[in-house]
Amino acid sequence: MFKYFEPNKIFAITSKAPKYVLFLFIVILSIGLTEALILSPEDYKQSDVVRIMYVHVPAAWISLGIFSVLALLSVGSFVFKNKNFALIAKSLAPSGFVFNIIALVTGSIWGKPTWGTWWAWDARITSMLILALFYGMYLLAWRIYENKEQVIKVTSLIAILGVINVPIIKFSVDWWNTLHQPASINILSTKTAIHPSMLIPLGIMTAAFALFSLLIFLMKYNTELIKVKNKGLDRL
Amino acid sequence: MINEIILMNGYGVYVWASFTFTLISFTTLYFVTKLQFLKEKKKFASKFGSLNVEKAKAGKSQNINREILSNTSSI
Repeated sequence: MFKYFEPNKIFAITSKAPKYVLFLFIVILSIGLTEALILSPEDYKQSDVVRIMYVHVPAAWISLGIFSVLALLSVGSFVFKNKNFALIAKSLAPSGFVFNIIALVTGSIWGKPTWGTWWAWDARITSMLILALFYGMYLLAWRIYENKEQVIKVTSLIAILGVINVPIIKFSVDWWNTLHQPASINILSTKTAIHPSMLIPLGIMTAAFALFSLLIFLMKYNTELIKVKNKGLDRL
Repeated sequence: MINEIILMNGYGVYVWASFTFTLISFTTLYFVTKLQFLKEKKKFASKFGSLNVEKAKAGKSQNINREILSNTSSI
């Protein structure tokens, strides 16, 4: 099955897709920003500061999602000995890291007017910081190690160890007393604490952020494929 | 109306700072990734150009090499 996903076969698609993804991203982001900053209502308790949710929550969701995919791909590269999995994981990591930093910074900005502090060492925030450290280690390992076999092993180990932190982040607000509020949205149930007038902009912004991570992934993956081909030309 | 959007009941600084930081991060990541892509593509083209006729022919037999050399792969 994996032969259909070989770089030589999919490059024709991945090299043309970014411009369409970029166009779609700009359209959806424009709609999302209009909804988030102008059309959506203010919160009865938090007032307009609640609008930070429209960048903070999607960024956190996508950084968690990308790290989970990194771990899955790492297990895949171990089990199936497929180097393309490692290449895909390497291309996904930068956007995951940036989304993680966005979640931390916007969370900190949101914390000042709501909690009265920029930072608190509570379970959710600390576990998100640990995720950023894992992302940092993962990206650094790709830069430090020269040997391909070695770097795949080290980065896979970092991703598999780091993914233990993902459920800790998810359930930290239930397991410990935290300043951070509990989850308002449950994808496994129809019950949600958010009104549709806020849920729709949140969904649009999440779609825009997902498209951006797809765009960066495609550009990075194409770059990695060309790097591989550059090495191939040296051997010709 | 404009004042309401800018001031946001006194929370404008926090809201606009969050959105600005997000958009600056997006723009930076996009251009850094694009620059890396263009740099590698340029390196590939210059390496390919320095190959002799026989090696260039062998290289061009691969679809992926032709795609990289074509203009369609630019973002």
